[in-house]
Amino acid sequence: MRFSRLMRSAVFLLVATAALAQTPSYPNVGRTPTKQEIQAWDISVGPDGKGLPTGHGSAREGVAIYAAKCASCHGPQGEGGKIGPRLVGTKEDLESLTTLKPVRTAGSYWPYATTIWDYINRAMPRNQGGTLAPDEVYALTAFILARSGVIQEGDVLDTKSLPKVQMPNRNGFVPQNFADIPDAKKRGCKQGVCP
Amino acid sequence: MSPKQPSRRRFLKNGAALAGLAVSATKGASPLVAEPSPDRVDDLHLYGERSRFVGSVRNGSIDNPERRLPNEPNAYGLKTPLQFSAGMITPASLHFVVSHGFEPPDIDPREHRLLIHGMVDRPLMFTVDELKRLPSVSRFHFIECRGNSSTAGPGGPSRVAKNATVQDTHGFTSCSQWTGVLLSLLLKEAGVQKGATWILAEGADPTKHSKSFPIAKALDDMLIAWDQNGEPVRPEQGFPLRLVVPGWQGINNVKWLRRIDVVDEPYMAMMETSRYPSIKPDGESRWFEFELGPKSVITRPAGGQHLPVAGFYEISGLAWSGAGAIRRVEVSIDGGRSWKDAELEGPVARKAHTRFKLPWTWKGEEAVLQSRCTDDQGAVQPSLAEMAKIRGLDVDFFKTPTVSVGDINAIQPWKVNRDGSIENALF
Repeated sequence: MRFSRLMRSAVFLLVATAALAQTPSYPNVGRTPTKQEIQAWDISVGPDGKGLPTGHGSAREGVAIYAAKCASCHGPQGEGGKIGPRLVGTKEDLESLTTLKPVRTAGSYWPYATTIWDYINRAMPRNQGGTLAPDEVYALTAFILARSGVIQEGDVLDTKSLPKVQMPNRNGFVPQNFADIPDAKKRGCKQGVCP
Repeated sequence: MSPKQPSRRRFLKNGAALAGLAVSATKGASPLVAEPSPDRVDDLHLYGERSRFVGSVRNGSIDNPERRLPNEPNAYGLKTPLQFSAGMITPASLHFVVSHGFEPPDIDPREHRLLIHGMVDRPLMFTVDELKRLPSVSRFHFIECRGNSSTAGPGGPSRVAKNATVQDTHGFTSCSQWTGVLLSLLLKEAGVQKGATWILAEGADPTKHSKSFPIAKALDDMLIAWDQNGEPVRPEQGFPLRLVVPGWQGINNVKWLRRIDVVDEPYMAMMETSRYPSIKPDGESRWFEFELGPKSVITRPAGGQHLPVAGFYEISGLAWSGAGAIRRVEVSIDGGRSWKDAELEGPVARKAHTRFKLPWTWKGEEAVLQSRCTDDQGAVQPSLAEMAKIRGLDVDFFKTPTVSVGDINAIQPWKVNRDGSIENALF
C-alpha cells in the first residue's frame, strides 16, 4: 500500500505543470496553491504582529486619509456617525465598563492594536475592504490610537512598533493565558457561561 | 399565482469581485454534476412555493429600526417564526439571519475556492465541486445567535415585552440538516504540523469576517457545509460554503468560507475581541466563550397566541444544547410548582433542536406554562433567578437593556389568562 503510494507520488512529481497535489487518500481532489496565491490570500495579522506587511504611518499622515475615506461614516473626529461606530476612545469609555452602559471603542476597549490594523485592512472602507495600501492602514491605525491617547501624534507605526503598542484594556480579558482558553472545563465554563 | 420576481435578488452588484482574489490560471476540472441554468426557476411547476394563504415570515430589525445595534447601524437580524414551527427542521427560507452590515455576496460557485494553509505539510486549494466529491456527512445542527433570547441590547425591549411572541423572544435560532465535508478530513489531508494549536477561518464577505478556533474543535465536529436541507446552502446562509460549528455561538459559523489558516495562537480578530466578549459587572471581559448552554421554549401555546376554546391542546416546543443531546424536557403548567416529563420527538440528535410535546387540557383557568430541559451532560436549564445567581447578579440586572451578559438561556414562562390570551411572563 505504501509502495504504491510512493509510486503514485513519484509519477506525479514528474508531471511538469501539474498543479495537482496528490492528496494521499483522495486522488485528484484539490491542488497545491502557489506561494503567490497563499501570500495574496493570507491577509491575517496576529496579535504578535505576524503577517504585518512592510509599511509605516503616523497619525499626522492619517489625518488626511481619515478625512477622505473614513469621516463620512465615522464622523470628522472618529466620534461615530450614522453608518460607522465610534472609533476614538477615552478614559471615560474605559471606566464605563463597570457601569450599566459600557462603551467599546477601538481606542479604549480593543485589546490589540494589530486587530485594528487587520480589520481596517480587510474590511474598510465599508464595502471596499482591501483597497487601502499598507501605509494607509498604518496611518489610520495610528490616527485612531493617537486620538485615543494611546500613542503620540508623531509616533510612527510599522511592523516592529505596532505590535508593541500597549492598549489600555489589554489586560481586561480573561483568561489572560492563551493556553487556558480552549479548555472550557478547566476554565469553569458551564451552561454557556464562563467565569 | 404570480411568478417569482427576479428583482427580489438583492446582492451587491460587485459581490462577485469581492468573492476572492484571482486564482492561478489552472482551471478546476469540470464538475461531476453540472448545475442547471437557473433560467426556469420562476416557473412554479418547476420550483414550488407555499400556498398564497400561508404568510409566516421572519421578522426583525430590518423593519424595526429601533432594534438595530447602535454600534453596527447596518447590521440586521431576522428571526425565525418559531410559533409556526413543527418538527425540528427550519425551512431554509425561514432560517434566521444575522447580517453584520451587508447583503450576501453574489458568489459564482465555479470561481469560489477554499484555501487550507499555514502550519500544514500540504497546503491545499479546493473548488466547491471537489469538496462535493469528498466523503460527506449529513448532520442535524441548530445555529443560534449568542444574543438569542437576550434581555440586553436594542432587541431587549421586544424580547421582554408582555406581548412578545416566541419569534420575538427566541427567534434567533434555527435547525437544519447540513451536508458537507468534515473539516477534520481536510486537515488530515493537509497534514497538521506539530505545534499547531488554533485555526483561523475567514469568509468572502465584504468584511472578510475571521474567527479563531482551538484545533481540538476543528478536528472534532466542525463541518464545511455545501447543502442545507437538500438544497445548496443559500446566499444568506453562506453560499457556496458555510462553516458549521456545532453547539457554538452563531458568530463562529463563518459564511462564504474561503480560507482556513492553521496557526499556533488565537489571531484575535475583530469580532472575537471586541463585539463578542461579555462584560462582567466588575468591568472584566470574558472572551472566547464558545459553547451555548441548554435552552428550551414552548412554541405553542405561547406569547401572542390565543386559546380559542377550553379544551385539548398539545403543548409543543423546542429544546437544544450546545453540549450535546437533550436528555429530558419537563413542562410545568402551574407556574413551576410541579413539573411533568414531556415526550421527545425522536430521533434526538446532538447539538440540534429537539421537539418536545405534552398533552394538556385547558379548563379556562389562569395558567403559567414553561419548559425546562436537561442535556446529556446533566446540565439543567436555569430559571432567570437561578441564572442570575450563577452569574452572581441580581435578577433586576437583566431588566437593563444595555448590558451584554452572554447567552441568556433562562426558562421562558408564558402566562395564560382566563380569556385565552397568552403573554410573556419572564418578568
